[in-house]
Amino acid sequence: MTLASTPQFADVAAAAATAERGVAEIQAHNVGKSYGAGKFAKTVVHDCSFSVERGKLTVMIGPSGCGKSTLIRLLAGFERPTVGTITIGGRPVTEPGRDRLVLFQETALFPWMTTYDNIMFGPRARMEAGKESRSKAEFLLDKVGLGAFRSRYPTQLSGGMQRRAELARAMINEPKVMILDEPFRGLDAMTKKLMQEYYAKLYEETRRTSFFVTTDIDEAIFLADRILVMTNVPARVRAVLEVNLPRPRRLEDVIENDEANFIKMQALSLLHEEAMKSFARGSKAAADFIDAYSKRIRKPS
Amino acid sequence: MREPGALAARTFRVIANTKFWRGVVATLVFIAFWEAASRTGISRIPAPSAVAVTFNDLMRDPSYWFSWYLSTRRVFAGFLAAMLLGIPLGLGMAVSRAFYGTVFPVFEVLRPIPPLAWVPASIIFWPTQETSIAFVTFLGAFYAVVINVIGGAQAIDVRYYQAARSMGSSSWDIFRRIILPGTLPSIVVGATVGIGIAWAVVVAAEMISGGGSAGSMGGAKGGGLGFFIWNSYVGGSYTQIVVGMISIGIAGYISSALLRKLGELVTPWLRDQ
Repeated sequence: MTLASTPQFADVAAAAATAERGVAEIQAHNVGKSYGAGKFAKTVVHDCSFSVERGKLTVMIGPSGCGKSTLIRLLAGFERPTVGTITIGGRPVTEPGRDRLVLFQETALFPWMTTYDNIMFGPRARMEAGKESRSKAEFLLDKVGLGAFRSRYPTQLSGGMQRRAELARAMINEPKVMILDEPFRGLDAMTKKLMQEYYAKLYEETRRTSFFVTTDIDEAIFLADRILVMTNVPARVRAVLEVNLPRPRRLEDVIENDEANFIKMQALSLLHEEAMKSFARGSKAAADFIDAYSKRIRKPS
Repeated sequence: MREPGALAARTFRVIANTKFWRGVVATLVFIAFWEAASRTGISRIPAPSAVAVTFNDLMRDPSYWFSWYLSTRRVFAGFLAAMLLGIPLGLGMAVSRAFYGTVFPVFEVLRPIPPLAWVPASIIFWPTQETSIAFVTFLGAFYAVVINVIGGAQAIDVRYYQAARSMGSSSWDIFRRIILPGTLPSIVVGATVGIGIAWAVVVAAEMISGGGSAGSMGGAKGGGLGFFIWNSYVGGSYTQIVVGMISIGIAGYISSALLRKLGELVTPWLRDQ
């Protein structure tokens, strides 16, 4: 049996992509996003539909530049789709809100505030800063292990500490959905692994609906309940891979797991194809290569 | 909190450092060359030894210190006005496109006019000589402050706004807790640059305008440091010229150092960078 003949490889139609067994917290319906006008219009997202299930960790992977960050901005409400709608809990997303908080690739901690003030930002912004939020802040500070760094400024924290501080800053607002855009990308390899385990543990404790974007397949498989594999630009859902590995997850278990490796092979193959398309755009020699490559895949052995 | 012993330790560390001695030696060499050049007639600038003597005499002269006071007052008056007007103007222009579009063209046309070119108009327009000189120093600092404030506010990362809005900030909250602190480092830069320009301008403004009403009081030394230099030149006292120049250098250095210290206090998060 070749990889090509497994069901998950077929291009998934919009309906199939949204077929879920749980409740959809966020739904994207035929979303499209273009920038510019007329002949300079660049379509970054086209006819993209997917759902983010409540209480699950959904991971989106795709080749670089495929439009993942644009989708994040649309989900968060920083921008609106050109066509289609995004709904959360049934209601359309039109602007940013505390029910969807984003952790970006580069830290967005306010550099002029201490860790504690950063964490307390949300409650203070909404004028809810009372004893309850202060004790929540204390609790979260301890939980992310930054109790001793509460009065430090972000530049005095290491990369991993900054990420954890940002997690705390988001969590104090108890968002319905946590959206993370390659949050561990810039970290060194060791810290990255530690943060992945840390985040998995955090998720397993709270089971907060999460939407995680990454280009790292190992990271995706380790964290996800469900993986959305995207095409290259314009972004669409290419395939949905279910990850039924048991929780709690530890890195050592996943590395040696057969099922995890099978999923990884599937994902790799899909991504390679999409990455080649993106790499080859404009280059005829590479286009020929894709031709040969895709012919090989399509012939079942 | 520093104990008395720590100050001695710090001083010792400074003195024991090669960098300190390099600076000292370089300065001494420079002064030696200067002295030699004056003595042998290569340069007509008064020798450091003569300058030192005059400096000593002037230190006892109250009207010398009065010039210090006058120049400092004019610089700070102009500088303060530049900050009080420039910061809100800059922030307004950074925040509102409409406001920017209205104000910027006029601002950009006026800005290339050197503050010194304003001296005659300033004397005509302002009621007193003090206000006319202070206006010119104001202009010198004003442009620097506004440009830096606009640049700083516009450089604030858009993700800070996004994060703040997501967490529920109102526009006023964003202004108070994102825009203001985010622009603060640039405000400090603008202030440091601005006060330097103000000092440069005040000296020339005093030379041109004749030092103001105080110029007639106390004879040659009553109208501010710039007037002092000019008057010394006219009166033929060349060592006093050099004393005046050095005085202005010291005054400018003190202003910058004070502002830098203030800037550090106000932006504690930049301390370790």
